[in-house]
Amino acid sequence: MMEKERHVLVIFPHPDDEAFGVSGTIATYIEMGVPVTYACLTLGEMGRNLGNPPFANRETLPAIRKKELQASADAMGLTDLRMMGLRDKTVEFEDDEKMVKLVADLIDELNPSLVISFYPGLSVHPDHDATGRAVVEAIRRMAESERPKLYTIAFDNKTVEQIGHPDVHHDVSGVTEKKLGAMNAHASQTVWMMEDMQKRLDAQDPDALKWLKTEHFYTYSFK
Amino acid sequence: MELVQRDQLQSLIDSFAGKDVYIHLETTNGSYAAHFQEGFFNAGAFIRNIVVNYELGKVAGDSPHRIGLKLPSGWIYAQGITHYELDEHGRLLMAGLGPDGKLAVSLEISETPFTY
Repeated sequence: MMEKERHVLVIFPHPDDEAFGVSGTIATYIEMGVPVTYACLTLGEMGRNLGNPPFANRETLPAIRKKELQASADAMGLTDLRMMGLRDKTVEFEDDEKMVKLVADLIDELNPSLVISFYPGLSVHPDHDATGRAVVEAIRRMAESERPKLYTIAFDNKTVEQIGHPDVHHDVSGVTEKKLGAMNAHASQTVWMMEDMQKRLDAQDPDALKWLKTEHFYTYSFK
Repeated sequence: MELVQRDQLQSLIDSFAGKDVYIHLETTNGSYAAHFQEGFFNAGAFIRNIVVNYELGKVAGDSPHRIGLKLPSGWIYAQGITHYELDEHGRLLMAGLGPDGKLAVSLEISETPFTY
């Protein structure tokens, strides 16, 4: 059973980061009447999947991914989508204080009771780690009593060894169509993966069903 | 983008010679390379909207091709170029796409700045 929240703020750097492990959570909160804001820092401008023969080039990819991001938001029922205008693969090189302020301004405006982002240092892509760092630092600077909860995604190969298993588990089995809708919306990134995934789902593969119906987070501890 | 036709690409490269042009150059293995293959040494480089004026540009080798630009006091080159197009903004976009459809290298030349 997911707890009702005042407002949920999701912060990720790339279109599709929300789709894999959080779209079910987002769609479920929205169905519960919880306002959700998704701040997406870049448009995945440096994505490598262009196809061969190519369906896009380096300069047309951002517009494609922007449309996909909007379609993913539509699939989840999300209406407050913020595109923050940074460039893919440069997040860690932005001024650290600017990044903290970007997050702090969103928190000040929206007053979320829950923030969802990446776990810094265990999220593989440098943009993921940089986003998580800025989120953690912005919340750390708040008075303890004012802080929203922070749920994080971690998937580095060292994750279990370093921080164990996730402590938050969401049953999102009520919104599987919306989750698949979000995944499929990011076709430029997911079409190959989803062909395989659909076959596994059709075959009732237990791991695939688990992925579809449950989502897992690490509560970030500021202690 | 289409597969490189060497003569056509050569004349496009010639058409930008001697002009102030904006360059985008990128090589990449992707940010997940070391995640999926432990021990992978992940290296790459990226430069965008740097203005140069090259005196000579050449397409070399069989596909995938190498592209070299000779500057008054330096060089730019890219290897692994498989595809190209002159886009609707008159920009020459070149890329090296692997059989898996993933970009490994990109070299682009434009008389106007690329977006951010």
